This record gives sequence, C-alpha cells and structure tokens, in this order.
Amino acid sequence: MKKLLKYVIVDIVQNKIVLIYTALLLVISMSVFNLENNTAKGLLSLLNIILIIVPLICIIFSTIYIYNSSEFIELLVSQPLKRRTIWLSLFSGLSLSLCLAFFIGAGIPILLYNADATGFMMIAMGLFLTVVFVSIAMLAAGLTRDKAKGIGLSILLWLYFSLIFDALVLFFLFQFQDYPLEKIMIAFSFLNPIDLGRIQILLQMDISALMGYTGAVFREFFGNSTGIILSFLGLTIWIIFPLMISLRKFKRKDL
Amino acid sequence: MIVAKNITKKFGKLKALDNVSVTFSKGECIALLGPNGCGKTTLIKSLLGMVVPDSGSIHFNNELITNKWMYRSQVGYMPQIGRYPENMTTAHVIDMMKDIRKGIDKDPDEELVKSFGLKDILQKKMRTLSGGTTQKVSAALAFMFNPDVLILDEPTAGLDPLSSEKLKQKIIQEKQNGKLILITSHVLSELDDLITEVFYMQEGKLLFHKKLSALKEETGEVKLSRAIAKIMVAQETQL
Repeated sequence: MKKLLKYVIVDIVQNKIVLIYTALLLVISMSVFNLENNTAKGLLSLLNIILIIVPLICIIFSTIYIYNSSEFIELLVSQPLKRRTIWLSLFSGLSLSLCLAFFIGAGIPILLYNADATGFMMIAMGLFLTVVFVSIAMLAAGLTRDKAKGIGLSILLWLYFSLIFDALVLFFLFQFQDYPLEKIMIAFSFLNPIDLGRIQILLQMDISALMGYTGAVFREFFGNSTGIILSFLGLTIWIIFPLMISLRKFKRKDL
Repeated sequence: MIVAKNITKKFGKLKALDNVSVTFSKGECIALLGPNGCGKTTLIKSLLGMVVPDSGSIHFNNELITNKWMYRSQVGYMPQIGRYPENMTTAHVIDMMKDIRKGIDKDPDEELVKSFGLKDILQKKMRTLSGGTTQKVSAALAFMFNPDVLILDEPTAGLDPLSSEKLKQKIIQEKQNGKLILITSHVLSELDDLITEVFYMQEGKLLFHKKLSALKEETGEVKLSRAIAKIMVAQETQL
C-alpha cells in the first residue's frame, strides 16, 4: 500500500492542475483577507467560495484522474497486488494531495489572518469536504466505464449537492410551512455534506442569531460538543459509504 | 499447474467464454489459437484475475484464484497492447515493478532489457515510445521476475524480425527451464519450433486441446500452419 501510495502521490503532485488549484485558493484567500479590514467578514466571503470551489475541483479532478489512470490500474491488476490495495491507494493518494493543496492554499492564509476556533473549524471542514468529494468521485468513476458519462455524473452530483439539494429543501419548506419542520431540517442537513460543513462554520461565527428560530434550533443541536461530534461522524459516513460501494464495484470489474 | 473448470463469461449478449475447461501443466509450451474474437484474450485475462468469470472455477497450483493475488507473483504477463502510465519514464515503470515485487522475488532478470537495447530509452516517457518499443518493454517486464508461468498475448506482433528472434530464443530458453508458457499468435509459422501443445478455440468454445505431435500425425502435415488450415477447412465442410 505504501509503495503504491508513493507513486500515486508523486504522479498527482506533478500534475499541473493541482498546482493551479493550490495557487487559485491562495490568491482567493489572500485577496479576500486583504480586501476586508474585518477578518471575520473576510472569513465569511471565503466560506462561500470554499463551499463551491473545493467540492467542484475535488470531484472533477478525481474523476478525470481515475479515468486517466486506467492504464496504470490495468498494469497493476496483473501484478501481485490486491485490488483493494490498488483502489485504496488511489483514494488515499488523491485525498492526501488535494488536502495538501487545500491546506497550503486556504489553510495557511486562514491560520495567518484568523487563527481562532472559527478558522480551525473552516480548515477542518475544508479538509473533510475534500475527502468526501474524492470519495464521491471514486463512486462516480466506478459506476461507469464511459469517461464522458462518468464526468457528467460527477458534475451532476456536484450540482445536486451545492444547488439542487438546497432548492429541494426550500421547496419542501414552503410546501409545508404550516408545520414545525426544525427537527426535520436537522435530519435533512445530514443528507448533504456541504450543508453539514456550512452549518458548523456558521455556528462558529455566531451569526446563527440572524437565522431566526431555525437558527436557534440548529444552535441547540449542533452547537454543543455532541452536535459537533455527530456532524463529523456524518461527514465520516459520507467518506466511507461511497468509497465502500466503489470498492465493491472495482473488485468485480473486468479490465 | 493451472486447472480451469467450466468457465463462462458473457459481455452483454456476447458469450466470450462458453463452458471452457482446461488443464495446463508445467513444462509445456501451449499455443492458444483461434480466429479473432474467439475468447483467447478473455481466457488469459480470466487466468490473471483481470476478468472475473460469471461461473466456473480456476485453480492455480491447486488453489482457487478467486480474490487471491499472491499467485500473480509467479506469473509473467505480456499483454497484447501494453498500456502504461503515459507520464512515467521507462526506468520509472521498471523500478516501480521491481518495487512492487520487492520481497517476493529474487534477482530480477534483465537479459531482455539488455538484448533489446532498452537502456537507451530508459529516460524517455512511455507516451513517446513506438508500438514496437512498448512491446519490448512489456516483454522485458514479463520475463524479469523469473515467473513459473509466462502468458504472452501476441508477443511478436509489432516487433522487428531481429527482436522477435531474440524473444523467441528467450522463450525457448525458459521452456527448457521447465516453465509453463502460454502463447497466442496469428503467425503460426513462428510457433512451430516453440510449442508442444495446441489449444484451439472457436466462438468461446474449446474445439480441441492436443499435443502438437498428435495433431501433426492426425492431419499428416509437418507444418503447424498447414495442419491448422486443414482442420479449419474440415470444420467448414462439416457445417
């Protein structure tokens, strides 16, 4: 596993896209912090950018990388290696290098300008979202042999998690606005890793007061340590679940 | 050494392998023959665990290979079209293979690397290599780790006459070392002095699996190509 991981990471780090991604994050976070004289405001702007860009780049890059490694995978499968090792090495390699990119691009500026609980939570969520979307990308790439279909699927999944899901929830809210839905909303937020991340960071920022009664309910549930642990657990499930399904698929795939 | 029982594999509607049972034993050099698309490569890939058969079982040294991987350290595989990570240099690929097998295999055998003159292209990226050179790399890798079984899928396709002769000599040498060698090829004339058994497939089915000598005797021919041609003609008249 370690040997393979080394080759995968060397290959990815050499990839120009990852370098561009790191530089892009670095430019965005530096400029956001320097534009606002209030770092809290800067952090809020950065939050919205991170919640859009990180999942998008992670899912698309990982999907394309898996398809482009088909030769590499083919070569490895005929060698004395477990398929599980091959797949998990690819996953760990992608996760580690994209996490590194996120940490250099966004983590270090946050630590420089805003090294408090909110900043740490934001870095943690960014890293978690990176791994979650690599895992979802592995699933998308494992489901279909066709590269175009696979990339299309991962773009759709990203659209779903960052736009469509929220729209559906809003639609649901308006349809049933006569009923108390706060508890159900908490359950809903576990269905979307991006929402989980957003809620945790917003709660750390103390602006949940702006969200009215729902904000108060969220604060009560997610604000304490049990809530934080639960949301990290939720994110961990979001990592493990797609990865396990894709691993099962890969084990019986014909190459 | 390798025993396959009733393997069936379907790709959609197409039956690539249809209830094939076969025994390959040590020290033999077996030619897998048959028209294009008759399932030779699928059979080979099933033996390697790259394709998972729908039903049937494959044993390697009396051990079921499903979900096993260690047995592949005893197999050298040369694919029909070698596909390698494009951005890696040849040296990098060879090092990686050695690294993967570290602790499993003894000294790597670099004879083919030398005789094919691969030393000159070690720093080139795999993407820039020609088809024939890529084949040479595949061959060098297949023979590198002293495997007990060599599986060569169209080994000489795309090789120049000199290299293909070198490869043939290497195959003969390994055969004399008592290894099991499986070859598919459409160039029957070059198989004559290599093989001991013929395994003939058609439309996913095993047609016959005979000793070369027996086959020649039956057909009354001295050349493999003519013997096979005779059988194919006989087949067609039967239909």
